[in-house]
Amino acid sequence: MKRVLIIIATVFLVTALAMAQTPSKRLGIGSPATPEQVAALDIDVRPDGAGLPPGGGTAREGANVYAQKCAACHGATGEGGTADPLVGSQPADTAPFGPDYERWRNNRPDVPFTIGNYWPYATTIFDYVRRAMPASAPGSLTADETYALTAWLLAGNGVIADTAVMNADTLPRVRMPARTRFVPDSRKGGSEVK
Amino acid sequence: MRNTRRPGQHDGVTRRALLTTTLGAAALTLAPGRARGQESPPADTTKRWGRLPNALGARSPAENPKRTLNLPTSSRTPLQDLHGTVTPSDLHYERHHAGLPVVDPRAYRLLVHGMVDRPLTFTLDDVKRFPAVTRTCFLECSGNFFGTREETTPQDVCGLTSQSEWTGVMLSTIFNEAGAQRAATWFLAEGQDAAVMTRSIPIKEALGEAMLVYAQNGEALRPEQGYPVRLLLPGIEGNASVKWLRRMKLSDQPFMTREETSKYTDPLADGTARQFSLVMDARSVITSPAYPQTIEKGFVEVRGIAWSGRGLVRRVEISTDGGRTWKPAALQQPVLPKAHTRFRYEWEWDGRPTEIVSRAVDETGYVQPDMSALRSARGRRTRYHLNPVTGWTIAADGRVRFAVERVRV
Repeated sequence: MKRVLIIIATVFLVTALAMAQTPSKRLGIGSPATPEQVAALDIDVRPDGAGLPPGGGTAREGANVYAQKCAACHGATGEGGTADPLVGSQPADTAPFGPDYERWRNNRPDVPFTIGNYWPYATTIFDYVRRAMPASAPGSLTADETYALTAWLLAGNGVIADTAVMNADTLPRVRMPARTRFVPDSRKGGSEVK
Repeated sequence: MRNTRRPGQHDGVTRRALLTTTLGAAALTLAPGRARGQESPPADTTKRWGRLPNALGARSPAENPKRTLNLPTSSRTPLQDLHGTVTPSDLHYERHHAGLPVVDPRAYRLLVHGMVDRPLTFTLDDVKRFPAVTRTCFLECSGNFFGTREETTPQDVCGLTSQSEWTGVMLSTIFNEAGAQRAATWFLAEGQDAAVMTRSIPIKEALGEAMLVYAQNGEALRPEQGYPVRLLLPGIEGNASVKWLRRMKLSDQPFMTREETSKYTDPLADGTARQFSLVMDARSVITSPAYPQTIEKGFVEVRGIAWSGRGLVRRVEISTDGGRTWKPAALQQPVLPKAHTRFRYEWEWDGRPTEIVSRAVDETGYVQPDMSALRSARGRRTRYHLNPVTGWTIAADGRVRFAVERVRV
């Protein structure tokens, strides 16, 4: 009797697992996306460079674009404006890094988070600037302008040389100072505070 | 008890108000469809017909809950004005990265592509055709802590959390329809605001509970909550529940967008920074009594909400002696996972100065920590995921103030 029950339970369990793993059937809702529809929206750039468009630019070219389209909010030199500071890499190679939040929330500013001391991937700059900047005309920059601005921001943070060309080949290979600092979330509930 | 009084409430009926009401009644008789709510109620409501049914309701003019705008990019829910666990949709907190896009529902398209067998687009009607699911859960911005002054309300302390009953389709249903490939481990969620806001979401962690929702508290989403369709990730920091969702791209790696690298990450004391710290840990807040209330000696019901992104709130403990002794609060049933849970504690205030404190314990055994414990675990640089135990001091005159010392480190 006990064996029969075990067999029945096993059969039930296997069936349940199989049902859970078998994808349910398609409902036939939605339309096939055309390559044009995908291309029109597919603007993301990954750390491996996937998604980077043709084109390129240097920090020197980027300086002009920055002065015209970014300086009003971010400050003439990349800091001191109303928007986030973009340059200033200290303390790039000491721990801890980023601002002391407890000082910040008590109105005692500390070192800011910047591209130089905090951003782990250079590709993120291109992706974000192209999709969201400048705030007065988001999404208006050409690929060349975006590469040039990315180069200016990287050079301003001492990550690349003024003369370095940023393009789909070089940008994913830029090693950011904060690259190795990022770790997965270790919190998992339970009694330990993390 | 004076503690239910709020600014703007009327004590009595003035002569002018009576006159206005009388004129209002006349207007009602002549043109019932155009009658407006009057500023003050009549002294005796039984002697005259009131307004007839109309097409769209409104709050009592005596009730005036408002979101507050502490920062230009967010607004906060007036937690101290709410009673149960559902946040009225027009009081749901907001956090936008480039303002509020006006999306035409007829032109709306959702694209699902990347590592799928069938890249698809969906209209709003398409999304609504899928088998529907309804779920009540909280959303919370992970930057939801403030408290440097005694003159701080519950709304200021942690008003970047709200709760709704959401309706939509399970994300797994959409992924099945598009034929998500086994090797796909992440997906990019992209909004159609002017920031074209993006987050990478780990599929394994999200797929069990994630939804695409188009309704909130029984009606279509509010524009500020992502109309017409948003992602909903129960228990996970609000930023990842991307609003005005226009695109999902499946991938075998995260995209490392700005919001998951330079923002929404947690620098620790050892020089590392925690990334994809998605789950909102357990938390509670006493919403009454709280600043700016004044209480009187005698019976006081201590009220508040508790929640955990990891599941059920198992219990809430209350201290009325500044954290020396703790007693369990009553939890309003049903307690739902990853949902605001209303707690209440009956207390007799003896008139002596004290501090009342709450702390939540969730189903994993996690106990809401003190700020000092958070800071010793993480250092002083994390600004997200701060869920410290908070309290309210009560002075001999009954005035309630935010207990600043409790969160100072």
